[in-house]
Amino acid sequence: MIELKLEDGIYELELKAPPLNEIGLSMLMALEKVLDRIDPAQGRALLIYSSLPGGFSAGADLRALYAGMVAIPDPAQRAPLIDNFIDRIHAVADRLDMLPITTVGAIHGVCFGGGFELALTCDVLVADKTARFAFPELRLGLVPGFGGIPRLKRDVGNAVVRDLLQTGRSMNAKRAQNIGLVSQMVAQGKHVQAARATAKQAARFDADANATCKAFIKPLPTAELAQEKEHFKRLAQRPAVQTALKKFVESTDLRPYL
Amino acid sequence: MSDTVERLIALSGKQFKVDPSGLEPEADFFDALGIDSVQALELLSEIELEFDVEIPDYELQGVKTFTALASVIDDRR
Repeated sequence: MIELKLEDGIYELELKAPPLNEIGLSMLMALEKVLDRIDPAQGRALLIYSSLPGGFSAGADLRALYAGMVAIPDPAQRAPLIDNFIDRIHAVADRLDMLPITTVGAIHGVCFGGGFELALTCDVLVADKTARFAFPELRLGLVPGFGGIPRLKRDVGNAVVRDLLQTGRSMNAKRAQNIGLVSQMVAQGKHVQAARATAKQAARFDADANATCKAFIKPLPTAELAQEKEHFKRLAQRPAVQTALKKFVESTDLRPYL
Repeated sequence: MSDTVERLIALSGKQFKVDPSGLEPEADFFDALGIDSVQALELLSEIELEFDVEIPDYELQGVKTFTALASVIDDRR
C-alpha cells in the first residue's frame, strides 16, 4: 500500500495502493505507522510520490465511506466513527506538515480531494505536466476534511481557494506553478527525479537552521483546521451526502471527473 | 476540418499512441482513443498546454466529439 525507504539520508515514501491511492482506514493506519518510523536524525528530507500511473491520489476512499454509511444507517451511531477518522487523518496531516525536515511532494496526474490535501502538507511541490489539482468535495455536499482548506489558504490567495472549492474544477500544473503552489514543473514522468534532487539539496543544509526556518515560515493554521473538522463532521451527517455518494458509487459513467 | 480539429486529433493520437489518420472529427474521443476518465484528464492537460488555454472540467460535460472539443478550445483562445 505504501512503503518507506531510507536512501542516502533521504526518506522516500512511495504510495502504491490501487486503484489510485484512495485514503480510507487502511491507508490512514499505514500512514500512522510510517510516521512513527521517521527519524529526523536518520533522514534529512522526505520525498513523497506515487508509483501508480494514474496520478498521486484520487483522495478519500468514497466507496468505503458509502459502504460504511449503508452498514450503519443510523447517523447517530456512525458519527463517532466518522469523527474518529477525521481526527486521526488530521493528526497524520499535522504530523507530516510539521516534520522538522524538508518534505517534497512529487505530483503527477490526478491529485484530487484528500490526495491534494496530503500534497498540501509538503513544504515543496514538484509536478510533471500531467498533474491536475482539484477539490471536488462540494459536488458531494461536503467540504475538504483532511485540512486542505486552511493549508491551501496558507499557500495561495483566497480567490484561488474559492475558485477551486466552489466550482470543483481541476487546475493544471502550469497554473499551479503560476499561482505559486507548485515550485517546479517538469516533463511528463520526470517529477520524481526532480523532487529527489530537491530533497537532496535541502538535506545538505544545517538541520537546526532548516527546522527553525520551516517552523517560522510554515506555522500550522491550528484554529482554522479545527473549524474545518467541525464543518466536515456536520455536513457528513446529512442525508444529502449519502445520496450523492450513492450516485457516485453506482455511476457507470466513463466520465465521472468531467 | 478546422486547424484546431486537425491539431487536436494529432495531439490526441500522439498522446495515446493511436494513428491519427483513423480518428474522425465526429468520433466520440473517449471511444476513439480508448481512454478512461483519468486519461481524459491527461488529455485535458495536454490540450491546455498545447493551445495555451484553460478549460474548466464542467465545460466538457456533454462534449463527446473532437469537433465539439475543438469548439470549446476555440472559445477560450
